[in-house]
Amino acid sequence: MDKSVEKGTETVKRGLAEMLKGGVIMDVTTLEHAKIAEEAGAVAVMALERVPADIRAAGGVARMADPTVIGAIMEAVTIPVMAKCRIGHFVEAQVLQAMGVDYVDESEVLTPADEKNHVDKWKFKVPFVCGAINLGEALRRIGEGAAMMRTKGEAGTGNVVEAVRHMRTILSEVARLATLPPEALMSAAKELQAPYDLVCEVARTGKLPVVNFSAGGIATPADAALMMQLGADGVFVGSGIFKSEDPARRAHAIVQATTHYEDPGLIADVSRGLGEAMKGLEISEIGKENLIQFRGW
Amino acid sequence: MAGNGVRIGVLALQGAVREHLAMIERCGARGVAVKRPSGLSGVSGLIIPGGESTAIGKLIDEYAFARPIREMAVAGVPIYGTCAGLILVAARVKGKHGTILGLADVTVERNAFGRQVDSFERELVIAGIAEQDRPFRAVFIRAPVIEETGPGVEVLARVEEGVVLARDANVLLGAFHPELTDDERLHRYFLEMVAGAGGASGTEV
Repeated sequence: MDKSVEKGTETVKRGLAEMLKGGVIMDVTTLEHAKIAEEAGAVAVMALERVPADIRAAGGVARMADPTVIGAIMEAVTIPVMAKCRIGHFVEAQVLQAMGVDYVDESEVLTPADEKNHVDKWKFKVPFVCGAINLGEALRRIGEGAAMMRTKGEAGTGNVVEAVRHMRTILSEVARLATLPPEALMSAAKELQAPYDLVCEVARTGKLPVVNFSAGGIATPADAALMMQLGADGVFVGSGIFKSEDPARRAHAIVQATTHYEDPGLIADVSRGLGEAMKGLEISEIGKENLIQFRGW
Repeated sequence: MAGNGVRIGVLALQGAVREHLAMIERCGARGVAVKRPSGLSGVSGLIIPGGESTAIGKLIDEYAFARPIREMAVAGVPIYGTCAGLILVAARVKGKHGTILGLADVTVERNAFGRQVDSFERELVIAGIAEQDRPFRAVFIRAPVIEETGPGVEVLARVEEGVVLARDANVLLGAFHPELTDDERLHRYFLEMVAGAGGASGTEV
């Protein structure tokens, strides 16, 4: 082996996320679902024991999926396979890395294992994606080594309102930083509770240092295209596909709408006759203590 | 210089489109994101970027890109496939999903180096482009490898596992991602291929 070979570098970790841009990452719980997702044109699948809507309904402690489920899905598809570990549960992350999953999602959808600290993601060769509701949270995760971000939205609701709020928040905070003079950046870092060097980088480049997808509440092709038009690099669809009446058709339609997000005529065509979308939840009826988006620190 | 305002298309169905467009512009050419077959008219070269080959392959079918791209290739328009793009242009792809565009006489294996934890970057010597004294920092992400090359195919770089850069007439084939680095040499080489080929693809597509 050539001596110059380096694995698990920042370029390699962030690079896979770059390759997923413009695509749809779908939550799947069985190998049949994984094959439907791949056939529909998903760029990756998230291997889970239960989709977020079912996690929400079941209550109790939600943990990393059974390795048997993840392994079966890894065997079934050629696209990358992601899997979730609990916030701060670095041993679940070690297990997922040892299994060879392609991306670890340190996810608020599972029950947090540490109320203060997230995983030290620099220690891992496998890249991590993390959720954020604002720029400060995103930069803290990137500071810990996350190679990809996703806005959290509110998982398992089929309601896109929180996804929109979080995407707009992050992009407007990025835009604001880009207008600030250098002497204002330390104060901005203090307000955002974010690492100063990353704040300076965002101010200089006018964008996040890593790819940022949208997640949490996308249920229709129009939802996916909405998030893309707002500035998402791609979308995660969790419960929205396999909690709907016709998952294969809906998955296919969401992929088309994500690719051609600026073409409303096409979105109209692919949205015809998809059957029932997932039922969905009104955010105000969930109760603040049951909102998943506030997990993570 | 090679670039000089010539229009280069980047197939923009999914993947690292933005990076290739930026690189093309840095080299002095005009980058055009191609989302529909009609976007192919008037481009003098086409880059098929990295992304997920399965996903891009399905969108190529869905939007009937295969015939116009094959016609461009036959007409001699330079085409550069990187990573997923390499899988899409290869005549033979091992394993499931099979051949998509079939433009270059090579056999390709997907994910030939393993899964993401095995993705890597390394110094690479490229014949005539990046010699020993200034090798190319090549980024391989869940990369394919070229296992066999037909008689007309020129091998430009190889590693222990197989060929990672090759040229079959007007089709350039790369397993790695120059668009994720600051090194413009491969894009400039492609633009020289374009300058040598001369002329945009027909407007009838």
